[in-house]
Formats: sequence, structure tokens, C-alpha cells
Amino acid sequence: MTEQIITPSANDKNDTTTHNPETHNFDATDSYNFAYLDEQTKRMIRRALLKALAIPGYQVPFASREMPMPYGWGTGGVQVTAACLTPDDCVKVIDQGADDTTNAVSIRSFFARTAGVRTTEATDEASLIQTRHRIPETELTEGQLLVYQVPIPEPLRFLEPRETETRKMHALSEYGLMHVKLYEDISQHGHIATAYAYPVNVEGRYVMDPSPIPKFDNPKMSDCAAIQLFGAGREQRIYAIPPYSHVKSLDFEDYPFDRLRAPGACALCGADDSYLDEVIMDDQGTRMYVCSDTDYCSTRHERGHVGDQSDLFDSEEG
Amino acid sequence: MQPDALKGGFLDLPIQSATAFRSLLQAMAQPGTIHQLAGAAPPPSISVAAGVVLLTLCDPETPLFVGVSVDTPDLRSWISFHTGAPFSAAGEAVIAIGSWQDFTPLSAFPVGSAEFPDRSTTLITELVSLAREGSNACRLTGPGIQNFSTLCLPDPALMQVNTAHFPLGLDFILTSSSAVAALPRSTRIEVI
Repeated sequence: MTEQIITPSANDKNDTTTHNPETHNFDATDSYNFAYLDEQTKRMIRRALLKALAIPGYQVPFASREMPMPYGWGTGGVQVTAACLTPDDCVKVIDQGADDTTNAVSIRSFFARTAGVRTTEATDEASLIQTRHRIPETELTEGQLLVYQVPIPEPLRFLEPRETETRKMHALSEYGLMHVKLYEDISQHGHIATAYAYPVNVEGRYVMDPSPIPKFDNPKMSDCAAIQLFGAGREQRIYAIPPYSHVKSLDFEDYPFDRLRAPGACALCGADDSYLDEVIMDDQGTRMYVCSDTDYCSTRHERGHVGDQSDLFDSEEG
Repeated sequence: MQPDALKGGFLDLPIQSATAFRSLLQAMAQPGTIHQLAGAAPPPSISVAAGVVLLTLCDPETPLFVGVSVDTPDLRSWISFHTGAPFSAAGEAVIAIGSWQDFTPLSAFPVGSAEFPDRSTTLITELVSLAREGSNACRLTGPGIQNFSTLCLPDPALMQVNTAHFPLGLDFILTSSSAVAALPRSTRIEVI
């Protein structure tokens, strides 16, 4: 998989600046420019990132490139990461909270190879975290970057398919339609049934799609110390939330926003405050809940926290 | 083309521009914080920090406005050789370089449109010094600032007008010798 992703192609050899191997371990003779993208592309993305930070929650159009992976595999996030990386970075990539899935492993090795950066699975060691659909449980700190992979950046898209119209709606702060959608949830289900990609309002202005993170993660976006950057490759949009910004999940006075979490504790580490994945164990419907954030779970386990099926963890390690 | 124009660029472009951009990203994300930039040796009419920002952000896709107080043939050749940015009038500029006086009236620069507020000029503003205390010290609040931050600004009243246009508006990158700070349109400004 990894080998296929980084098969060289003739077009990408346009920058052959030599590097001092003593200052960083990236080797330019390996035929790629630092962090894969060419310099002009990175400048274009960097300018978009600065505008995105200046207008929190607004989707800045950018000229997304073809990447050596299909759309839907994180091409937007990868381009944002490539434009932000420095040789001193330590990169972590998660996919639904897990460091060890195909997508996460491939993207991590992609940047280890094309940028020579260190990689890690520990949230607190990483300076840049690229994520698909989760925010780590461990609180992020100042100086960290959190890069989200975004499939559909436009929160109004399923309500209004025309880009010209949604753009007008954002220009006019005309977000009534979104509240109607949430209201229809209540009238049909008795509560706001939207459980992921739950719309937020950033700093009282733009309504934004937080990417398909569970709404359990929404409160972590507000007053977050890290810089949050969002890249949508296929849809060609970049947006951002500066640190310590106010991010509010849309709701109603009589139906306030509610974090959704599976009932129970993690079967491996006993955590009762983390977001849980439900795992079906057999054909009889036996199920167990485990932390979605693998780093959080294994760190807790190492510190001696146990769940009611921790023996599974031990036998795996053995 | 002046021979000196060939010197003073990044020696290791991908790495130096990445490092410089990361400082710039932090500056824009946390308005009022001061960061150090290095790696460029532009002609003497602009600071090292301004030179680094130009090398990091400019290319043939970014029409550049050059302010009167920094405009020298040396600077223009240096910018042309290292970035290829076309020179433009204020009304078409994506990026501008100059002193605060060069940029007034601010209304000459595009502030974006309601539908595309990102289509506004980024003004690289050269200051004598970047200081937290002194004349025109301002209290900054808004996105990216935990409680408040302080920074001396050239003309707080005009910058407040810019902020009032949010989400439209100009974004400032403030430079002085090797220091850089940023003031996006989202930052609320009070004179202390």
C-alpha cells in the first residue's frame, strides 16, 4: 500500500534543491520536494490558510491538487499538512481515533518518507495531528496543529445543493434553514438526531461543518489551545478555527445541545469519559464498548487502569 | 537586472519557507504574538522579516503593491528575481509591502466581497519597532487570543474601522527588523 502511494512520477521532480543532511533527515536525492508538494502549490495553500485564520469558519476556495491517493482518503488534510510541515515536526495521524488503520498508517509513512519528519502515536508528543473524524481525548496544547480531513465542507449542502445559493446564505448569515433541519429532527425523533457533522457557529458569524466528527467531540473545538485547520480536497475548500475561539453547536433554548455517548465504560481501560466504539462480538449480539481513541486507551491501560475485559488487551500484547 | 538582486534569497527554499510560514501561521492564529523570522537578505529599504514574508507568500499569482517609502529599483529587481510577483496598483493587490503611511487611505485596497471575503489584500506593514508597551499601545481581543494581548499599532482608529467591516477587511502582517506579528480583521482593538 505504502509503496504504491509514493511511486514516483515524472511531473513531481521539479524541485531538486539540495539539503544539508545534518540539519534534517530528509534526503532530496530521493527525488521528491520536501513534503511532496511543489513550492508554488504550498504557497497557494499557505495564503489560503492565512485568510482562513483571519475569517474563522469561512471556507476559502483553493486549487486542490491531485494527490497520490483517491479523493475521500484525506487529500485535503494531506495538502494542508504538507503546506504546514517543517522538518522539526512530529506527526500523528488518526482515522476514527485509531492510529493503526490503513489510512492512518499510509499517511503517516507518506510524510515520514516525503518530509523526513518523525511520527508518533502519542497525542501529547505530536506537533501536528491529522485526523479523520475524531478529536483526540487528550487535551491539545498551544503550538499543536490539528488538521481535519473534510469530505463535504458546506454545512448547508444537503439542504441547498447550489453553491451560488449557499454562498449567498453565508454572506447574509441566513442560517434559518439549518435550524429548520434541526427542528425537523425534533419533530420526527423527539430530539436532535444529528449525531455527527453537527453544525457549529464560529465566533458568532459563520456556520461551519466540523467534518464528520461525533457530536461528542464538538465541545472540544471551543476554546481549544491548538490551531484547527480543515482541508477538503475534492471540494477545494480550506477553513480554520484559531486557538481559543468560541465555537457553539447550534441548538434551541428548550432543546439544548447534548453530547452523545454510548452508555458504559471502555471494556479495555475502564474509561467512562471517552467516546466509545461498539464492537459486536458474536452472532448472538454480544457487544463490548472500547475507546475510539486508541492512544488514550493504551496509555490508560499502561497506567494501570483496567476495564472488565482487560485480559483481552494483555493476551493481545503477549 | 541588478547583480545584487540575485543574492539574499532563501538558500534552502523548501525548508526555510516552511519554517517561515509556520511562524507566520502562528502569528496569524494568535494575533499580537511576536515571532522571529530569518533567512532573507533583502535590499535595505525593507526589513529582514518583510523580505522573508515576501519570499514565503509571493509568486507570479500574487499582484504586489509596493509602497512609496520602500520602493527602490533594487527592491523591485530583488522581488522580481526571487518571487516573480507582478507589480500592481493598490486596487488589484493581493499583497502589499510598505510603511503605514504608504497604505493610507486604506480604502484603496480591496477588502473582499460579502460572498468572497478572502479576496482582500494582505498588507505587510513595516514598523520602526514591534512593541507591547509605548505610544498607541492597544488591547487586543478576539479569535486566537485567550484573554487579551497588547501591541502598539500605528493607527488604532483606522484599524478599528477595518475590524468593524468584519467579515470583510484587510489583514495586516506587521514587520520590524527580524520580528513579525499579525493583525487579522477579526481582532478587536481598544486603545489602552
